[in-house]
Amino acid sequence: MINSVGREIPDFLLKNGRGVYQGKHHMDGMYIQKQAPRTRRYEKPQQTKVIDSIVLALENCGAKDGMTFSFHHHLRNGDYVANMVMKAAIEELGLKDLVIAATSLGDAHDPIAQYIEDGKIVGIQTSGIRGKIGEVVSSGKLKTPAIIRSHGGRPRAIEEGELHIDITFIAAPTSDCMGNCRGVGGKSDCGSMGYAMSDAKYADHVVVITDCLVDFPNYPASIEAIDVDNVVVVESIGNPKKIASAAARISQNPRDLMMAENVAKIIASTPYFKDGFSFQTGVGGPSLAANLFLEKYMDEKKITMGWAIGGICGPIVELLKKNKIKKIIDVQDFDLEAVNSIHRTPNHFEMSASQYANPANKGAFVNSLDFVVLAALEIDTDFNVNVLTGSDGILRGAPGGHPDTAAGSKVCIIVTPLTRGRMATVCEKVVTVTTPGDCVDVLVTDYGIAVNPLRQDLIECLDKASIPHLPIEQLKEKAYSLVGCPDDLQWEDKVVAVLQARDGSILDVVRKIKPYIIK
Amino acid sequence: MIRRPTPERFRLRRTMMFMNAQKPGLIKDAYIYGCDSIILDLEDAVAENQKDAARFSLYHALTSIDYGNTEVIVRINGLDTPHWQEDIRVCVACGADGIRIAKCESAQDVKTVEQAVKKAEQEFGVELGRTLLMAALESPKGILNAYEICSASKRMFGVAISGGDFRKCMQTTFQPDGIDMIAARGYMLIAARAAGIQCFDTVFTNLDDEDGFLAELNQNKAMGFDGKSLINPKQIEPVHKIFAPTAKEVAQAEKIIKAYKEQSVAGVGVFTVDGKMIDLAFIPGAKRTLKLAEACGLYKGDLLL
Repeated sequence: MINSVGREIPDFLLKNGRGVYQGKHHMDGMYIQKQAPRTRRYEKPQQTKVIDSIVLALENCGAKDGMTFSFHHHLRNGDYVANMVMKAAIEELGLKDLVIAATSLGDAHDPIAQYIEDGKIVGIQTSGIRGKIGEVVSSGKLKTPAIIRSHGGRPRAIEEGELHIDITFIAAPTSDCMGNCRGVGGKSDCGSMGYAMSDAKYADHVVVITDCLVDFPNYPASIEAIDVDNVVVVESIGNPKKIASAAARISQNPRDLMMAENVAKIIASTPYFKDGFSFQTGVGGPSLAANLFLEKYMDEKKITMGWAIGGICGPIVELLKKNKIKKIIDVQDFDLEAVNSIHRTPNHFEMSASQYANPANKGAFVNSLDFVVLAALEIDTDFNVNVLTGSDGILRGAPGGHPDTAAGSKVCIIVTPLTRGRMATVCEKVVTVTTPGDCVDVLVTDYGIAVNPLRQDLIECLDKASIPHLPIEQLKEKAYSLVGCPDDLQWEDKVVAVLQARDGSILDVVRKIKPYIIK
Repeated sequence: MIRRPTPERFRLRRTMMFMNAQKPGLIKDAYIYGCDSIILDLEDAVAENQKDAARFSLYHALTSIDYGNTEVIVRINGLDTPHWQEDIRVCVACGADGIRIAKCESAQDVKTVEQAVKKAEQEFGVELGRTLLMAALESPKGILNAYEICSASKRMFGVAISGGDFRKCMQTTFQPDGIDMIAARGYMLIAARAAGIQCFDTVFTNLDDEDGFLAELNQNKAMGFDGKSLINPKQIEPVHKIFAPTAKEVAQAEKIIKAYKEQSVAGVGVFTVDGKMIDLAFIPGAKRTLKLAEACGLYKGDLLL
């Protein structure tokens, strides 16, 4: 069946009430039935929940074949915990047919790829997939198609019971002996623990893994002891150097700066740019640099930002400290400056992934967002964006909060260079649709700006401000004239990954790529 | 192969950005930043043993990339080097819009270059007189000879001062108030205006000193410069902003041209606008204001048609 972004979704996936994507906000007003976890009673007073090893924790939580284990990615590419747990489960306890449900998977998890090849791990559900795991899944070695969800789609799936977590393993920079966790104060600080919150509330069993045991009570806690079965203390939960980078620096690349300045100009030209406006941006070169130019326009207009959300980094924190932003609501921290600010700087708060972006609750932060500035691997002439598959069709990206913020915000701006190396970023058809074009409003490239024709109001704003723009087709033509038009990718029939829209419908599928043979 | 249209001797040149001709990554799409002119450099930015490579890079860039409305000028090596003749041949062969003569000190320097350009135009079958010239004055002697330099050739469209070398000769350094070069700037401007060509100020090299840059731009505008040499794309926007006419200037120019059009139909040469006497002498200035306003996106009317 063809969905509303023109993608063919195989019928075998359309069962158990699962349909194809039918446009943004299609499920607005519908009801969901939340599923509660089955949890153990700890009625008798205990001295401690600390247990000697991950294996003992697995046994205590009744780990067995076929279970779903979940992990968060706040330790980013420095994470040791997912590998540690899967090794204990598979190599020490001999478990098999396991499913990993992670908030994201990256290069840090390369060792897990072997368990997929060995058939011990049969399912992957994640919001990001990179490195060797991406490669083995793309080559068809995972037994069932991987399920890719946005950061908001994941808590929706958990709450609906579509993703049932048997045991969640929460890497915690600090924990007390009862399992109250915080993201600061240890040797592997990550700041916000927002992505782990739904897992703690909805998993049947919760195991905290920490390398810094602190006095009880570890308060105010991000993950509360009332949800935790066991605490395991290990030597190290991650490599601090890879958890949070040194302060994210604003790019000095003139190309990035030019695009960033145009982003800020566009924002300033809209009626939503007024005192108290809200904003989210990424940490990519031009997205981050947009902060710099935005500040100038805020000063000029003598307005301040009401709130910023999202993954947070130093330059946003700086604006808070200068009183140019009233509040930061933070689901993840990208650099040390943000890690050191959350819970310490007044008005810098933590939130859960559900609060951030879940489309099925009663109004996540993204729904009130005025502006979001996002990057893209590819964007096509229907404004569909791909942030998941490379030009070779291999899984190597992360939808993350991209589809959620794009759908919720009043103005979604994609900023990307027109070409990357030999690749046209603006193209005829993206390899995989990860964010539907009806959620994307403006494209800023180094060769010009295009506005989605669905947004005549924004076209008017740009015209009024004398900001030149052109049809997206012209940008595509320019890109192809520079780097050429690539041949279509060659796929096999086998579906290796299903890309869910944030509402749970199917947006696209990724098939097994045919090996390229040079004739 | 890209063929650039015949260059316009007098066009908008607020921003002239230097780029090393040897850096394909830089020059492949230098037009995207929106400067009026780019100056591809064969001189100081290119190492002595890389001059040939830079010429090849320049030739292929100009013949395979469409720079559109962005003017492409080439800074050639000085006349005291073994490179300048070959530089001129490549400029003409690839259809550069103009040549910037480095370290120009006399009318003879301009004429020497002009001769070589003419020869190259004949050699490559390029329309005679197509290739424009500008001179960079970098020494006290160059400044003192400014007028003869500015009026040495019909190909000359402008003259620029080059601060680095000039300050060294004058035994001074950059001063925030511009006192170090005030006399030279003023003298060069007078010469350029007397010869009827454009005049451009030197580069501002401290990219982190935004306030200093703006102060220099305001002084440039007040002195009457047409534009400025730049070293980084982020300097373009501030120049365009400061060199743009104010809303009041645009409105006034509009009124003058409108009144002029109406009055000249009626055969009247002198008239009043808002109580001020206006005659034909005001028209070129008003037109220049509107043209500049149009280029800056501040005027969209049809009075210039």
